[in-house]
Amino acid sequence: MAWLCASGAVCLCARTGSHCCVETEEERTMEQVFKPKIIVFCCNWCSYAGADLAGISRYQIKPYFRVIRTLCSARVDPEWIMEAFRLGADGVMVAGCHPGDCHYIGGNYRTRRRIALLRSLLTQFGLDPKRLHLEWISAGEAEKFAQTINNFVDRIIELGPSPYRETPSNKEAAHHA
Amino acid sequence: MPDKKEKIKLAIARGATCSGCDIALLDLDESILDLVAVADIVYAPTIVDAKDEDVERMKDGEITVCLYHGAVRDSDNEHLAKLMRQKSQILIAYGSCACFGGIPGLANLTNRAAILKTVYSETASTDNPQNTCPSPQCKDAQGHLLTLPELFDEVFSLDDVVKVDYAIPACPPTQEMNKKLLTVLADFVAGKSPLPPKGTIIASEKTLCDECPRKKPDKIVVKHISRVYEKEFDSEKCFLEQGLICLGPATRAGCDAQCIKANMPCRGCMGPTASVIDHGGSMLSALTSILEVSSGEPGLSEGDIERLVNEVKDPLGTFYRFTLPKSLLRRAVKEKGGRNS
Repeated sequence: MAWLCASGAVCLCARTGSHCCVETEEERTMEQVFKPKIIVFCCNWCSYAGADLAGISRYQIKPYFRVIRTLCSARVDPEWIMEAFRLGADGVMVAGCHPGDCHYIGGNYRTRRRIALLRSLLTQFGLDPKRLHLEWISAGEAEKFAQTINNFVDRIIELGPSPYRETPSNKEAAHHA
Repeated sequence: MPDKKEKIKLAIARGATCSGCDIALLDLDESILDLVAVADIVYAPTIVDAKDEDVERMKDGEITVCLYHGAVRDSDNEHLAKLMRQKSQILIAYGSCACFGGIPGLANLTNRAAILKTVYSETASTDNPQNTCPSPQCKDAQGHLLTLPELFDEVFSLDDVVKVDYAIPACPPTQEMNKKLLTVLADFVAGKSPLPPKGTIIASEKTLCDECPRKKPDKIVVKHISRVYEKEFDSEKCFLEQGLICLGPATRAGCDAQCIKANMPCRGCMGPTASVIDHGGSMLSALTSILEVSSGEPGLSEGDIERLVNEVKDPLGTFYRFTLPKSLLRRAVKEKGGRNS
């Protein structure tokens, strides 16, 4: 078999075919364990720097989140959060500068009103408002970033997959409604 | 004036609708004579006697223009929408329900089972000891099979079900909008100008605020949010400035600001502008940007902020009154911590 591959990687003595089959099976069972999908919006000036520092400082963070950087937390359009939920996100977190510390002076005051009203709206949509979280994280608060993400991941795992994961997406629904 | 041979064939089809759109079209006053000068009305259950079977017998594309009003929420609506698409050259989503689901679209807050339960067993005036509830099929005592259209679990807009060529929003389209449509049709029939490009929304591209006749300050600050019945309000000043939720910043213009002129804030029946995906999200964003921020802000807790925004009663019904089936999330779900649990 070795001739199939110039690097000789097709058949390695340490990893037989059955080894790989066992791993495939493990992967399959892992699939059944709930791995949440969490979107984290971080503002450029405080929270993203905090997230960066958390990485540099090698804090252990549960790997179920994806960070999207925006210039300000107020730039996060409610549409984006709803789009994230529509596409099957199990939780969304928005992180910005502490009140009084906004790079744009008052952006985060808009954010906190927006998120509070959005939580009330999402509750009417039937979603648990705990799936949307707002946190103030400064550039130096790496530990707080790690801690907040870990707590949020635990909370989402406890809540389970978002009910919007199962909603039939859009148009086809009409034809077998 | 074109002779009889050159007339176009017009159909007015109805889905889940209150029929206000039919009436709005008849409200053309004397211009209705111009309408019948350019068009033969071949199908319109409210106005002329024509049956679905008559349409079924027509050739594909025989109808020139079909105005479909109403949402799609049962199998009958869906059948008619598909039939009209097949038989018409141009299909127009007419009115808010066809465009975005409209008021019937608020049924997406619940589902078929819950709606039937409420209507046939739970309301205070329901007297239904045998628990009779409509089902799509049943047999009578003689064994005849009886059928009813099937109610869907969810409400759809027309373009969720079939391809739509043009849209005319509003609840209902105003006389001016109808006249504009009539001019477009008449010019097309007379060969004066081609039809607008497919997909055009026959209304303005601006927001209602851009066309609002009221005096607006440079910067609007909302201190408290009130509801319409709570106070007397100024008929000259911007509604938002007075603390009343007006959907003008997020809503497409073209309605001639009729509600505003009648001293009522905009409720959003024209739907969002082209640059916005989610009407409600856009309004939520606009409203929260103009809520007052005082000097004591850094000292406020998240609980204080929550109490502040709770002045907005029923955000979903306010922001998505006409557009819930066209919102990003489309419908409500059930979860333990949510309202519907």
